[in-house]
Amino acid sequence: MLAAERLDVTFAALADPTRRAIIARLSRGEASVLELAEPFAMSQPAISKHLKVLERAGLISRGRDAQRRPCRLEAVPMREATEWLERYRAHWEARFQKFDDLLEELKEKEKRNARKK
Amino acid sequence: MRVRSSNRESLKVSLPSEKEILLERVFHAPRRLVFEGLTRPEHVSRWWIAMDDLEMPVCEIDLRVGGKWRYVSRAADGGLIAFYGEYREIVPPERVVYTEYYEPFPLEETVCTVTLEERGDKTYFRCLVVHTTVEGRDAHIASGMEGGANLAFDCLEDIARELAAVESRRSPSAAASPPA
Repeated sequence: MLAAERLDVTFAALADPTRRAIIARLSRGEASVLELAEPFAMSQPAISKHLKVLERAGLISRGRDAQRRPCRLEAVPMREATEWLERYRAHWEARFQKFDDLLEELKEKEKRNARKK
Repeated sequence: MRVRSSNRESLKVSLPSEKEILLERVFHAPRRLVFEGLTRPEHVSRWWIAMDDLEMPVCEIDLRVGGKWRYVSRAADGGLIAFYGEYREIVPPERVVYTEYYEPFPLEETVCTVTLEERGDKTYFRCLVVHTTVEGRDAHIASGMEGGANLAFDCLEDIARELAAVESRRSPSAAASPPA
């Protein structure tokens, strides 16, 4: 998968509040499906569905232990997603820095015009 | 070139709700100049292009209620990036409400409310971007495009911080070992 495609899948997976909550929970350490289902008042199959989406997006992986199959967060796709967020911010930051320069010019122009009067 | 770093403030991006994104910034200038800089095409064309954008072939602003605006920039790869919309409310120099569309997604509307508040010799800028549909928001995010509000990121920054902490807790040798 291309990086951009993977990013799409990551964002689609993160577009759901339950899945974001699962991610937030897993960021504190691995957990089983049962442990994840508990705080959400959701059935185990419902949680499993969400986990499959997250797993397909590469955001989490499941352990091999047949009984428990603990879920854990995979850092790379999350990092790509936060990098995208950072890029969005940086884009606006760059615009606003140019805007700062423009404002300085407008201020100086006003001062000059005021002196002329 | 003049050194202006003392007047640089940082941008705050937050996510008040599922459909909203809020940009906040302080400018060291009177409000009327900030308003002017945000609403006159000869000024907008100076700051709208940033990062990978090379030039801005189109910058049209018809600043009246029902008037249209259209910004087109050319990226380094030659591609054109167009945003457009319509003004809904104009209260100089404190408030502008307008719709915004990103050209490839004409059904996905966002409504932007810019408010300017003057305090002393500074102006507090706020731009609230509201996606009118969650579907539009998600499509926007999935497109991965600049200007698309990144609203799926509720708690994402917190997660990033947690992740960094988790990674630093893991021993470097364990992190470096190949998967079993």
